[in-house]
Amino acid sequence: MRHTLSVLVENKPGVLARVAGLFARRGFNIESLAVGTTDRPDISRMTIVVDVAEKSLEQVRKQLHKLVSVIEISDLDPGRSVDRELLLIKIKVNRETRSEVIEMVDIFRGKIVDVGKDAIIVEVTGNSSKIAAFEDLVRNYGIKELARTGKVALPRG
Amino acid sequence: MRLTGAKALVRSLEEEGVEVIFGIPGGVVLPIYDALYDSGIRNILTRHEQGAVHAADGYARATGRVGVCIATSGPGATNLVTGIATAYMDSVPLVAFTGQVATNLIGTDAFQEADTTGITMPIVKHSYLVKDPADLPQVIQEAFYIASSGRPGPVVVDVPVDVSRGELDYRRAETISLPGYRPTTKGHRRQIKEAASLILKAERPVVYAGGGAIISGAAEELRRLAEENRLPVTTTLMGKGAFPESHPLSLGMLGMHGTRYANYAMCETDLIIALGARFDDRITGKLSEFAPHARVIHVDIDPAEIGKNVSVDVPIVGDLRLVLKELNAVLAAQRDSHGAADLKPWHDLISEWKEKYPLRYEMGEKIKPQFVVEKLHQLTRGGAIVCTEVGQNQMWAAQYYRVDRPRRWISSGGLGTMGYGLPASLGAQVGCPKETVIDIAGDGSIQMTSQELATAVLECLPVKIAILNNGYLGMVRQWQQLFYQKRYSGSCLRRGESPDFVKLAEAYGMLGLRAIHPEEVEETIRRALEHEGPVLMDFVVEEEENVFPMVAPGAPLYEMIGDVLYPVERVHPEKAEEPFL
Repeated sequence: MRHTLSVLVENKPGVLARVAGLFARRGFNIESLAVGTTDRPDISRMTIVVDVAEKSLEQVRKQLHKLVSVIEISDLDPGRSVDRELLLIKIKVNRETRSEVIEMVDIFRGKIVDVGKDAIIVEVTGNSSKIAAFEDLVRNYGIKELARTGKVALPRG
Repeated sequence: MRLTGAKALVRSLEEEGVEVIFGIPGGVVLPIYDALYDSGIRNILTRHEQGAVHAADGYARATGRVGVCIATSGPGATNLVTGIATAYMDSVPLVAFTGQVATNLIGTDAFQEADTTGITMPIVKHSYLVKDPADLPQVIQEAFYIASSGRPGPVVVDVPVDVSRGELDYRRAETISLPGYRPTTKGHRRQIKEAASLILKAERPVVYAGGGAIISGAAEELRRLAEENRLPVTTTLMGKGAFPESHPLSLGMLGMHGTRYANYAMCETDLIIALGARFDDRITGKLSEFAPHARVIHVDIDPAEIGKNVSVDVPIVGDLRLVLKELNAVLAAQRDSHGAADLKPWHDLISEWKEKYPLRYEMGEKIKPQFVVEKLHQLTRGGAIVCTEVGQNQMWAAQYYRVDRPRRWISSGGLGTMGYGLPASLGAQVGCPKETVIDIAGDGSIQMTSQELATAVLECLPVKIAILNNGYLGMVRQWQQLFYQKRYSGSCLRRGESPDFVKLAEAYGMLGLRAIHPEEVEETIRRALEHEGPVLMDFVVEEEENVFPMVAPGAPLYEMIGDVLYPVERVHPEKAEEPFL
C-alpha cells in the first residue's frame, strides 16, 4: 500500500541523511522524497512516498518519531489532501511533430520552457497520474531526458 | 565569560556533574585534554578507545549516571564504534566526545579524518558536529539531556579542533528546547485500568521484565506488583536484578539459555505482562510459536518497541516506574472490589517444574565453569557487581550468579560484544569504589581487550577477573558441536601452555592466580577477594562443557535441547501425534 508521509523536521545539516539512513537500515523503500523549507526557516518539510504494509507503516512512523530532528509526521489521506509533482521533460521534435506536441502540452496545461533546434523542454505540474499520462503520450516522439521533483503534498482545509 | 571552546566544553561537563571521563588523547583533542588538566574531573586513560567507551558504559550501568568518553579523530573515533553500538543496543546513557579535523579541512581526506557523525549515525540516539564554538554549551546540555532521558542511549559530539581552540561567551541555557524530542513518561490512565483488569482475571499470568525495569528504577514497584498479586516473574539477561532472583516468585532468566520453568511458563501463560522488554529473538525463539495462549500487556517508554515483534493487547507507553506505581494503586482498588483469579493451580504447576527441572550440572575431575560461578556467588554472598564478557561465560554467569538488586549485573546483551566485560568492570569500579566488582570472563573474550589490565593496575581499580578458561571460543565450539558435526573450525584458542594468563597478569603488575582442580576453586576465590588490588584468576575448566538448557536458534521455546522432553500437546494439541524433536 502506498502512503504519503508529510514530515516536519528541523532544518539542520545531516537531517536528510538521518531520515534516508533510517529508511535504508530498517529495510523500507522510499519511492520519492522531496524536501524544502516551510514558512519557518528553521523547519523543513519532507514529503516521502513509501510502499509498505500497514504494520510496517506503523514501525516507519514510530522509528521516524524517534529521530530527535523529526518534529511531526502525518500520513496524508489521498481523499483529504492535495499533492503535486513537477516534471521537466525534454522531448524530441521536428518540423512535423512540433505543433502536435505543443497541442498536447496545452491540453495538459503544461508550459514550454525552452525550445531548441530538435527538442523542446516542457514543464508539467499535477498529481502523479497526470504526469504519468503525459509521459506516456509523448513517449512516441522520443524523450531525451526527464526530471521529476517527487511528490509534495498538504492536507486540505 | 570569555572561554576557549575546550574550556567551555570542560566547564559544561562540570555543570552536568561529570566526575570522571574515560579516554585517550590525540592530535585534535589536545586542547580539550589541556583544559581537563586544570579541572577536578577524573581522567582515566585507557589503552584502547574501545576500553574507554566500554568503561564509560559500565560506569553508567553501575551508577545510573551518564558515562562520558573521549577519543581523537579518525582511528580514535572509529575505535569507539563497537562501544557506541553496544550502548545503543542496551539503552545506556553515554556521551562520546570525538575530536575532528579543523572545519576548513573537513571533507578533504585530511590526516586522521573520518566522518564520525556519518559512521555512527545508525548506532546513536543523536549526534552533533559542532561547527561554531558558541554552540558548544547548548549542544553539550542537549547531549546529556537526550542521552539520559526517555529511552537512554549514546550521543556523539564531534568537535573540530578549531572549535576547541576558538573562543565564545560562555552562557548556560536556562531551558532546553527540542521540538522533536518529547518522551512520554506518564502512562495512559484507561490502558492502565484495562491492564489491571486483565491481570486480575488471568489464571496463568507471567511478568516478563527487561532492562527497562532497571533503567527506570522500577525494582521496588515491580516487587510490589509481583508480591501483592502473586505473579511469577521472569527476567531477561538485561533485566537481571530488577526482581530478586532468590525470591520464591522468581523464575530466573528466560529465553535461549533460560531456565526450563521460565520457558515452560511462557509456553503456557495466558497473560504476559511485559515490562521494559522488547521480545528479542533470543527471548521468543520461533516467533510464530511464542506464547500461543497469551494476551499481552506491554509497557515501554519507546513506542516503537510496542507491537514490533509481538502483537499487543494492552499497549502502555510511559516510564515503567511511574506506570507501575499507578498500576499498583489501580490493582489494589480493583482487587478489593472484584477480587482476583485463583492462581494456586498455576503456582503448583510452576513449583513442579522448578522441582523437576532445576538448573544443574555434574561435577567431574576437571573444574566445571558452573561450579566456579556458584562459588563466586557464595563467597561474595551474591552481593558483588558482576560484569561479564560474551558467550558461555556470560550464560553460566547469568544462570548461576543470582542477582537480587538492580545495577549489579552488567553485560552486553543486545550487541553481544566480546571484550566488553573487563573495561566495563573498570568503569563500574570507578563508579562504585566500595563495591566488589567481578568480571566473569572467557579466555576468548578477555583477549579482545586484555590491554586494559594495565588500566586496572595503574588506576588502582581492584577488580576481580575470573577467567573460565576452556581454551576455546566456547559458545562457537558448542554450536559447532551441536549443529556442525563437531567440526571445530577456527575456535581453538590454546596450544600447550599458551597463553599463560597468570604470566600476563604478572606482566602488568597484577596478582595472577590459577586453579586447575575443583578443590582449588574456593581457595583461589578467597585469596582474590582478600587481595586489595586487582586480581586475575585463571580457572582451567572442562573444555567441552556446554551451556544447557538451550533452545536452538529459530526453535520454539518448548523445544529445549537436553534430556527432558516437554509434552508439546500442552501448547499445541494438534501436534500430539508428531514425534518430538
